Amino acid sequence: MTKQQANWSPYDNNGGTCVAIAGTDYCVIAADTRMSSGYNILTRDYSKIIQLVDTSVLASSGFQADVRALQKVLAAKHLQYQYQHNKQMSCPAMAQLLSNTLYYKRFFPYYAFNVLGGLDREGKGCVFTYDAVGSYERVGYSSQGSGSTLITPFLDNQLKSPGPLLLPARDAVTPLSESEAIDLVKTCFASATERDIYTGDKLEILILNASGTRVEYMELRKD
Amino acid sequence: MSASQSVKKIIEINPYMLGTMAGGAADCQFWHRNLGVKCRLHELANKRRISVTGASKLLANILYSYRGMGLSVGTMIAGWDEKGPGLYYVDSEGGRLKGTRFSVGSGSPYAYGVLDSGYRYDMSVEEAAELARRAIYHATFRDGASGGVASVYHVGPNGWTKLSGDDVGELHYKYYPVEAEVVEQEMAELPVT
Repeated sequence: MTKQQANWSPYDNNGGTCVAIAGTDYCVIAADTRMSSGYNILTRDYSKIIQLVDTSVLASSGFQADVRALQKVLAAKHLQYQYQHNKQMSCPAMAQLLSNTLYYKRFFPYYAFNVLGGLDREGKGCVFTYDAVGSYERVGYSSQGSGSTLITPFLDNQLKSPGPLLLPARDAVTPLSESEAIDLVKTCFASATERDIYTGDKLEILILNASGTRVEYMELRKD
Repeated sequence: MSASQSVKKIIEINPYMLGTMAGGAADCQFWHRNLGVKCRLHELANKRRISVTGASKLLANILYSYRGMGLSVGTMIAGWDEKGPGLYYVDSEGGRLKGTRFSVGSGSPYAYGVLDSGYRYDMSVEEAAELARRAIYHATFRDGASGGVASVYHVGPNGWTKLSGDDVGELHYKYYPVEAEVVEQEMAELPVT
């Protein structure tokens, strides 16, 4: 007697890839704009990125309905925080809020693979990477989504620095400049688009630094 | 989902108590953070620090109430209270054990082998740290799911301090240095005919 299987799933995977890279005084957050379902493309022009605070930007791939719900919950919580504390949330604070928000749905998770990027209170770039139920850590760079298996080894090769757990602590190798990081991100997506069917159409890049936020776009292959 | 070499598996609950992480990362992170909150509330309500016995029981009771729902937590709570050093093993099946040495996780059998053969109750801190480091290293050598950085912390009457964090790849060459091989016969190039 086999166990009864569900004939309907509440989840769908809309594909897509997100990347974030942190620098000494900037953060680059990027995602493609293709939204798919199975072998179909639903739209070529859907943004997976949301700027929650001046210093915090969230990029999420996965099930976009859950992503949109998650974005709304975080934006609402941030508004409440501003009313209660008379200041904006810092990026590390938003990182923990996101972790807790994800874990509260531990038994019916948000199907969202998140990368949070921004600037900490000292102005240094920070990137936080998550799993679907809220475990998180601060890293120098991260990639999530359908193209992450293609991009992560490349970023490890270009950027991998001595781990944060090492003691005595070792300095990270030559930090990238902002323009080098942007070029690196464009290269990542150009390559991922070649081999991952769910990544492509257009690349949206958000650059956060002391002067504020800037957006850049790059066309990707549409096949 | 991404694998990481730098996940913090030792969670700082408060300045004199540490928790280790094995099983589900989110489950361990969330419930250890929740335990830290409960410990702080205990301090505020009772005007004294919570004991390791008490803290481990708070966590064990929470995990027991979620038994069967799929949480995956295998953790050790280590701390120092009025009774001296305390070490408890707590897991998501609801188990809670007091002990002097534990090893938890997929690599734990390998670590136990090294740990049990080298352990003495009257070891010095340096000897114990080196034994722990070797036990972790050997687990990472044989278990595919273990690796990255071996962190060693010490918990004393004034709280915990981090003693070391070594990349296990480098520990390998420290424990098994490459020795120059004695070559008996060298291959010679044959003249071209």
